[in-house]
Amino acid sequence: MGQVSINENVMDLTEDGPRLKGMHCKNCGNHVFPMQKGCPKCTSDDVEEVQLGTRGTLWAWTIQGFPPKAPPYLGETDPNKFKPYGVGYIEIPGQLKVESRLTVADPTALKNGMEMEIVGEVIGQDEDGNDLITFAFAPVA
Amino acid sequence: MSDDVAIVGIGMHPFGRHEGVSGMEQGAIAIRKACADAGIEWNDLQFAFGGSVAAGQPDHMVSQMGLSGLQFINVVNGCATGGSALISAYNTIKSGAFDLGLAIGFDKHERGAFRVSTGKSGERDWYGGSGMALTTQFFGMKINRYMEEYGISQDSLARVSSKAFRNGSMNENAWRRQAFSEQEVLQSQMLSYPLTQYMFCSPGEGGVALILARADQAHKYCDKPIFLKSAVVRSRRYGSFEVLAPSLALDYADGPTVDASKAAFEAAGVGPEDIDVAQLQDTESGAEIMHMAENGFCEHGEQEEMLANGDTEIGGKLPVNTDGGCLANGEPVGASGLRQVYENVLQLRGDAGNRQVPNDPKVAYTHVYGAPGISGVTILST
Ligand SMILES: [Zn+2]
Repeated sequence: MGQVSINENVMDLTEDGPRLKGMHCKNCGNHVFPMQKGCPKCTSDDVEEVQLGTRGTLWAWTIQGFPPKAPPYLGETDPNKFKPYGVGYIEIPGQLKVESRLTVADPTALKNGMEMEIVGEVIGQDEDGNDLITFAFAPVA
Repeated sequence: MSDDVAIVGIGMHPFGRHEGVSGMEQGAIAIRKACADAGIEWNDLQFAFGGSVAAGQPDHMVSQMGLSGLQFINVVNGCATGGSALISAYNTIKSGAFDLGLAIGFDKHERGAFRVSTGKSGERDWYGGSGMALTTQFFGMKINRYMEEYGISQDSLARVSSKAFRNGSMNENAWRRQAFSEQEVLQSQMLSYPLTQYMFCSPGEGGVALILARADQAHKYCDKPIFLKSAVVRSRRYGSFEVLAPSLALDYADGPTVDASKAAFEAAGVGPEDIDVAQLQDTESGAEIMHMAENGFCEHGEQEEMLANGDTEIGGKLPVNTDGGCLANGEPVGASGLRQVYENVLQLRGDAGNRQVPNDPKVAYTHVYGAPGISGVTILST
């Protein structure tokens, strides 16, 4: 049993960690995540799939303080075991702002503008017992 | 301002939790009250627009209201569902197609935060699965950034909640009728930093019905018709910061609230300075603060001083959410926007009892915002 991407249509799991698959518009240069077939900026459908950058700066954040409902949540929902997690938007230069879990859940350790990079996080298990990996952003050490 | 459309009857089923009463039944009760208020029978209605997101198809209610053969159209439009039913009814009368009709909104949601499923069929729902499909997170992120940018304090968030519950305690139709101090609001559980439990509204239940008529016939139905000056819905533009968005553009644009507000003021021929009472979307207390500026009632950042001065209290310069807003009433999505209009009709009629805005308010404003990045605004006048 190993590790698999939470959804291969949106995220590849490589030896170097998760890589997000976004849309790039060949007409206007706009990016969207995840991949979609039309550009909301210029309305063109001349789009292609690209890999998104793995580093960026924190643009907005909060901390999820209660367990989300399951379904759809795959993580811990038992209020006694649940640990708050950060959620934020990371501005990837030249591309977009992507919403992500954050590895940090301490409000005193999060500040807009701080450098972040993508990492994998185990969110649950699939039917075969493999770890399901989703993406998160962590402060650059 | 042209007087084309009037609200001649209003009815509401109390908001809250009602075991054993379906959302549709709550809607039907609201309709019966609205018909009584306008002095009409169900069979007099020529058309209806009905909105519900989670409580069944509204047109099914004809089987309990009466099979009169009227034109009944269902409306589902995210958090602007009720407002969209009203706009549809407004435009139907304005167009001359019909003279008398109904906008009805009701809903009944499960307890706790809205459950949002975003997966495509046959695929694992990575967004919800990863714990990001929560509307509450958007509100936390947006106000957190806003507070840093414009110098809004957590005390201001608590002031808004405390006001909502105080106003709700004077509203017999509200869900939360217990007043809470600012301290109690701040000390409640942190749900989505910087927002605590008592700073958030909850999904709930309820129904609101409004009877609309051609303005030149309004006096047949009531002594004091309230005129609907404008009703506008706008969706988001490229670059705006919206709820449940896995990515945002690098560019930044104003949200749909700003667009809807400008269009509504223009259509009504009035400005923010003319508004005597406003009901603004307060999914959480930070939303009310941001929406004060997005709707044109102040500059970004001025809310800190306005709240400290009590400007948005019932006796203040611009009373906001006089019925307790979403915070005290909860949010049955299909009915929420219509609740705001119901409250404004009461205020403009002078019938709001112990929460009546003083000095005969003449122009009133409502605003809803919600998923998937949609906003609805109405302007009413005496
Ligand atoms: Zn494009």
